[in-house]
Amino acid sequence: MTTANPQTNETVETIHEETVETNHDDHGHHEQPPKGIMRWILTTNHKDIGTLYLWFSLTMFFIGGAMAMVIRAELFEPGLQLVEPHFFNQMTTVHGLIMVFGAVMPAFTGLANWLVPMMIGAPDMALPRMNNWSFWILPFAFLILLSSLFMEGGGPDFGWTFYAPLSTKYSGDSTALFVFAIHIMGISSIMGAINVIVTIFNLRAPGMTWMKMPLFVWTWLVTAFLLIAVMPVLAGAVTMVLTDKFFGTSFFDAAGGGDPVMFQHIFWFFGHPEVYIMILPAFGIVSAIIPAFSRKKLFGYSSMVYAVASIAILSFVVWAHHMFTTGMPKVALLFFMYCTMLIAVPTGVKVFNWVATMWKGSLSFEPPMLFAVAFVVLFTIGGFSGLMLAMTPADFQYHDTYFVVAHFHYVLVTGAIFSIMAAAYYWLPKWTGHMYSMTLAKWHFWCSVISVNVLFFPMHFLGLAGMPRRIPDYNIQFANVNEIVSIGGFAFGLSQLLFLALVIKCCRGGEKAPAKPWDGAEGLEWEIPSPAPYHSFTTPPEVK
Amino acid sequence: MKRVLYCLLAALMVPPVWAESMRLNMTQGVTGISQEVYHLHMTIFYICCVIGVIVFGVMLYAIVKHRKSKGAVAANFHESTKVEILWTLIPFVILIAMAIPATKTLLAMEDPSNSDLTIKITGSQWKWHYDYFDKGVGFYSVLATPRDQIENKQAKQEHYLLEVDKPLVLPTDRKIRFLMTSDDVIHSWWMPAFAVKKDAIPGFINEAWARIDKPGTYRGQCTELCGKDHGFMPIVVKAVEGPEFDTWLASQKQAQLDAAAKAKAALSKTLTKDELYQKGEKVFLAHCAACHQPTGLGIPGVFPALKGAEIVLGPAEKHIHIVKFGWPGSAMPAFGKQLTAEEIAAVVTYERNAWGNNVGDAVQAADVDKVEK
Repeated sequence: MTTANPQTNETVETIHEETVETNHDDHGHHEQPPKGIMRWILTTNHKDIGTLYLWFSLTMFFIGGAMAMVIRAELFEPGLQLVEPHFFNQMTTVHGLIMVFGAVMPAFTGLANWLVPMMIGAPDMALPRMNNWSFWILPFAFLILLSSLFMEGGGPDFGWTFYAPLSTKYSGDSTALFVFAIHIMGISSIMGAINVIVTIFNLRAPGMTWMKMPLFVWTWLVTAFLLIAVMPVLAGAVTMVLTDKFFGTSFFDAAGGGDPVMFQHIFWFFGHPEVYIMILPAFGIVSAIIPAFSRKKLFGYSSMVYAVASIAILSFVVWAHHMFTTGMPKVALLFFMYCTMLIAVPTGVKVFNWVATMWKGSLSFEPPMLFAVAFVVLFTIGGFSGLMLAMTPADFQYHDTYFVVAHFHYVLVTGAIFSIMAAAYYWLPKWTGHMYSMTLAKWHFWCSVISVNVLFFPMHFLGLAGMPRRIPDYNIQFANVNEIVSIGGFAFGLSQLLFLALVIKCCRGGEKAPAKPWDGAEGLEWEIPSPAPYHSFTTPPEVK
Repeated sequence: MKRVLYCLLAALMVPPVWAESMRLNMTQGVTGISQEVYHLHMTIFYICCVIGVIVFGVMLYAIVKHRKSKGAVAANFHESTKVEILWTLIPFVILIAMAIPATKTLLAMEDPSNSDLTIKITGSQWKWHYDYFDKGVGFYSVLATPRDQIENKQAKQEHYLLEVDKPLVLPTDRKIRFLMTSDDVIHSWWMPAFAVKKDAIPGFINEAWARIDKPGTYRGQCTELCGKDHGFMPIVVKAVEGPEFDTWLASQKQAQLDAAAKAKAALSKTLTKDELYQKGEKVFLAHCAACHQPTGLGIPGVFPALKGAEIVLGPAEKHIHIVKFGWPGSAMPAFGKQLTAEEIAAVVTYERNAWGNNVGDAVQAADVDKVEK
């Protein structure tokens, strides 16, 4: 907990100068971005790269969403109508991969790019050229993944969890493309994480001590460490799948001395921290927005920081709760059950703190706040079902049913995605320099929040009644509920077009945004004009 | 805008109509364990509800009362160690209270000792095999729903996709131990009425158990994604009382002995090509068409075509060998243990002569018997 040392300034200076020098020819005096497509390809500016990430994520959100629409259309009624089971499996698989690696993670990286330097009073990210690279390999990763759908035999069809041996001995040749795409996504994430860590460690404005950092910066710092810890594990898992499939190894084949369950251990050792990678930054966003629109300081700042840290640490010792049915020893079942239940404590603290922040505040409900409040309620519902799933004996009944599908969509859609929407509405004026249409935003909110519950809430019932996940067809008793779910799905999908329209409109023009459009907002990012200048802070601000 | 909201809310009120047609909650099941699991589920559900009502209630109160538009002025407090310790400790205590019954139930579930009967369950793409351990009875259990219902050419029946040709017959009031394993990918055997769900993993054996209280027919499904027809491998258990089960088991044993004798006798029989072809078509549709498709064209890039395939058009020995012993490193299983020599002969004959594969030969059961690994 030391104050940023004086060297910080030097670092800023050095990096800044270096960037100016190397880009001198194209960029002139580096004050204004160059014009045309090359601006985006060669950019080393954190805002440009943030924008690229955010647009990329939005594109992927719609592509992944389109796949969800295919899934929901097929499940609209019993029987096979639109797609073959083989293609249906490709849709569930690629929908999952795209939403996790293409929509949610890049959106958070985009937000980190835009906001971390502004929030800590830095001119840019610490490693701008790596920043460019970490974004620009992403589109290729997804091009590879998506193109595999058009291969003979289709794309990956083994679920986004790609359990062996389904993904090794029994998969199509496109598995190689899938593995390669995951590798690139992993490299991109790791580079992004390194950049965030280096930036936060070195470029904080003088006076910004650790415990003065905005929670979004804190949560991202923790997230970045999680990413560096687990993305290599995922890379290892996919590499073993690759060699098992194509080079005759037997990591996951019992006949060759391997173990298919080991795959699941390795995958979920990545997979569970990954879940928190997708939710911790959301905690940071909501912890910025709720105080702003409650016009009251965040309740329990330090306990929020400790809660994030403990969730991150616990996330490494709960992975096998995804595998209760694989036949683990009793001791292991108990250990993972207890640890998983324990996560409810710090998560509860966070929720209580948010509510306490709102308590006796002076609340107003602009679009960011609407999404943040919806986040708290709906994420908590996802947390409740998570707690239910943690009970091993009950999990035997819930596991791999629609109950689980409901659970993780509550935490990922109404959790992660809603927080991203809230962030977009909160910082759009800062990014674009324009206010957006409040009416359109409220329409978007109400349509989304209603349809998303029509979409995901009945899934709890489907799961409890016995409908397994990842099936293209089902018994007629599930027909009515699936119909409602599908209608909710289409409505939610369509509602997002409102968001697209709103963002495009806001980028093109609109009422000029003041430096601080929300009267209760706090933080360094509101001290610079809107739109934020190309280089946020050329001289570090003083933080008291 | 408000009107739209009301309409949407009204639409949400529809549930009572469909509530009748589907169970909305977890089944209580028909075993002591499944009852315990159900009560555990309900307890944690109610606890979550209470916490939810309190937390959301406080929040709603703030949302309604502490609005800026109502002239609310923000208070200044932003921490209280006392409160924070309190709301760390209270959830902790609730969790411990939950963990105790959960641990008890779990330990009971994980104790398959002193069983009266052992069933070995083997999953394979996409059917279940049940073996009554040491009883000389074993059979495959395959989806019985006709293709036409799935393809919407025929009205769907009540047990659509949850019906099989031969259910697993089990006795009530006896402790039954299940051993799960798999021949290919990971499957998961789920019988909601017993609260049993265990993965069937190739090369490993998992254990579970049940003591069924009530005779009846119980239905479940495979719950681990296992490839294309994952949604089409149901589980049906028919629970009958002890004596009835014993009679059934004895008759099954006799029937299997008879079938084995018949298969042996078939080895010396010579059938005509037409007889083989007709029989083979049935076998093909039941066992091969899921992958190689009824048209023999397969799914390009996933399941190879048989129409015009080199192996099918080549020497019969190689063809028989693949059907009998499978193709290592691929999804093609060994059918030698599921099909009789006569059935393999028939299906090989069919494949060699269907879809314009006019090889013209007829493979006899004896030819199949001769082919060795």
